[in-house]
Amino acid sequence: MGATPEIANIDELIQRRIDEILPQKIEQALQAREASHTPSMTIIATKGTLDWAYPPFILASTAAALGWDVKIFFTFYGLNLLKKDISDLKVSPLGNPGMPMKMPFGPDWFKSINWNIPNLVQAGIPGFESVATLLMQQTIRNNGVASIAELRALSQEADVKFIACQMTVELFGFKHDDFIDGLDFAGAATFLPEAQKADVSLFM
Amino acid sequence: MDFDKDLDARGLNCPLPILRAKKALAEMTGGQVLRVLSTDPGSVKDFAAFAKQTGNELLSSGENNKEFEFYLKRK
Repeated sequence: MGATPEIANIDELIQRRIDEILPQKIEQALQAREASHTPSMTIIATKGTLDWAYPPFILASTAAALGWDVKIFFTFYGLNLLKKDISDLKVSPLGNPGMPMKMPFGPDWFKSINWNIPNLVQAGIPGFESVATLLMQQTIRNNGVASIAELRALSQEADVKFIACQMTVELFGFKHDDFIDGLDFAGAATFLPEAQKADVSLFM
Repeated sequence: MDFDKDLDARGLNCPLPILRAKKALAEMTGGQVLRVLSTDPGSVKDFAAFAKQTGNELLSSGENNKEFEFYLKRK
């Protein structure tokens, strides 16, 4: 038994009207949502060296400048980036073949030399890491790149939220007093729901 | 072009010109114009993206002898 011809006709009319109106309505609703939506980003920062300190703070401070909500979860060696004193962050060229080894001073021909120093030699010279770190710090200054302390302060000023992994604090024997103010000490269960809601989530 | 505030970001590298511009704009009122000078070649694309994302209009973007000049109108 089918519908009577009149009802079938009405059904068809309704269907056609819905097909016309619905895509417009959906488009309007999506546009309204996008206009009112604040983008958000979460970052997991796991490295504690001078070179790897840059990506989380550069992206976080820039995203904040774009008006995004940003949270960084610092865990394992990443916790070093939250210490009150971060002047001792180091970079190691040892086992890091991607790192250019160039001098930040002298004439241009000298600065352009890439010093290819074998790992065995790097490992055998006491203080090699400290010298490499000094050279990197000079290169950073020469290029007008911000210091980590500056980028971290700018991030905090711009309301980037820092979450420090409480488990790592205990694991490494740190004290809350070692760290800057304004941190939340929490665990993975606090971070994950934030990451779930975020538009962008990065592991560094 | 007339402007209400001037920001010298020459010699600074990514992301400092954007961060300083954001800070300067925050201290201004709607409709005011900020001029930014920069030497970072990446800032040309960065300021276009910044304007698009934040709704502060990029009135002009130009280069003169490896120096870049931007005019941003506060939203």
